[in-house]
Amino acid sequence: MNYTPQEMMTVAAARALSNEDVCFVGIGLPSAACNLARLTHAPGVKLIYESGTLETRPDVLPLSIGDGELCETALTTVSVPEIFRYWLQGGRITVGFLGGAQVDRFANLNSTVIGPYDRPKVRLPGSGGAAEIATGCGQIFIVMKQGKRSFVRDLDFLTSLGHGRTGRERSALGIRTKGPTLLVTDLCLMRPEPETNEMIVTSMHSGVTREQIVENTGWDVRFADTVEQTPPPTQDELSVLRDLHERTARAHGAAAGGEA
Amino acid sequence: MPFLTLAEAVARHVRDGATVALEGFTHLIPFAAGHEIIRQRRRGLTLVRMTPDLIYDQMIGMGVAARLVFSWGGNPGVGSLHRMRDAVERGWPAPLEIVEHSHAGMALAYEAGASGMPCAFLRGYRGSDLAAVNHQVKFVPCPFTGEDLACIPAHRPDVTIIHAQKADRAGNVLIEGIVGVQKEAVLAARCAVATVEEVVEEFGPRSANAVILPSWTLAAVAVVPGGARPSYAHGYYPRDNAFYVAWDEIARDRDRFRAWMQENVIEAAR
Repeated sequence: MNYTPQEMMTVAAARALSNEDVCFVGIGLPSAACNLARLTHAPGVKLIYESGTLETRPDVLPLSIGDGELCETALTTVSVPEIFRYWLQGGRITVGFLGGAQVDRFANLNSTVIGPYDRPKVRLPGSGGAAEIATGCGQIFIVMKQGKRSFVRDLDFLTSLGHGRTGRERSALGIRTKGPTLLVTDLCLMRPEPETNEMIVTSMHSGVTREQIVENTGWDVRFADTVEQTPPPTQDELSVLRDLHERTARAHGAAAGGEA
Repeated sequence: MPFLTLAEAVARHVRDGATVALEGFTHLIPFAAGHEIIRQRRRGLTLVRMTPDLIYDQMIGMGVAARLVFSWGGNPGVGSLHRMRDAVERGWPAPLEIVEHSHAGMALAYEAGASGMPCAFLRGYRGSDLAAVNHQVKFVPCPFTGEDLACIPAHRPDVTIIHAQKADRAGNVLIEGIVGVQKEAVLAARCAVATVEEVVEEFGPRSANAVILPSWTLAAVAVVPGGARPSYAHGYYPRDNAFYVAWDEIARDRDRFRAWMQENVIEAAR
């Protein structure tokens, strides 16, 4: 069965979630991945959106973080201060999904600005929930399409802490959560190297070469001693994902993407 | 708490130079009130809102704002807010000072304001450059554990405006669905105005824990059916996702934006 690199990325991200996870979900690719997990191998996964919807089971993917569909299919809906205080800061969330305009080798993310902060070349939306999701969730999965402009040596702005500018900042700041343990791209999977916390390639998607990964990374990307091959999407994963996107397109008249 | 027309409520409670919060988290965004502020040509406002959304894009593009306090400035599911970007990147139609937070910071700053506290404490902004560019973010040690906690000033808007589903005859206001940060934003403000879809004799059967703002927490209620469009009102109408997509093109170009605002906001009498 043929599939796109984007489908491979979504499926690989979905597989990383377990049935026991309580997951803080962002709009777009994370939302597709989390709902794919819920509709396949992890029916018990608890999905929480920052609009306050706890244990939501949307039939179609939301276009915004606060779509009515999320509220109507949720176990309950709480206020926005409560979601950030009791549920995120209170340590109830096991996994947070994040993305951004730029990521560096220590999985720090920029979603604020390209160019200087005071004289921006491109003003991006900003943190939203990300700055505290990055430190409040048990661990972080990052999902981003790989390319030289987004996988950079130096971030223009550090919005959400990964492992810090030297790889050691989390422990220096007394942060006890794990931070980014997985970076899923359309080419490969990266995980932090145990001693340095630098993200290194641990699995390559089918048909992808090392040269392609090097060409699409702005730092001198390194590979694990043993690099695995990511299993391609199964027929079941693909058909559930495509059904979900079809239902979504019918409901919105467009595919869902972006954050709020 | 008097029932007023929207124009009266804005004329009476929104002054030039004021700090104004229009809240509603994707849901129940008070668009009609924002449009009335534009029509009454308020100037020099400090606009406070977690997600500026299309309404602040419109207000910024029409020259209402001098300052923006926010945490996520995009068009949800679509992309950029082009008017906000034009103001920040190129100072059009006027330079816009920004005070930038995270969602957790904004939500807790409202809560602190509602609680009568001068500031909010949170495990936030850790390791983020936000703390370097927003001088209101300080770190102070917990007196009991020594842990460094982020501390930010409470939000105390001069006026908060929200949109809600219903008011009863006495002017109590009921909010249902995604309730966002509206209760906190109202109780943090020196003065608050609610627009509502309808007035009912009484609210009728409801959860004992329904979110209701008593009439005496509000300075005015205005009945504005459809007052959240193109955002949505749970139980009344859905979000106009197609308009959010269409806005991207309208807002990209200064002239097209101005023409659209002239036709659809300035000349549209409610």
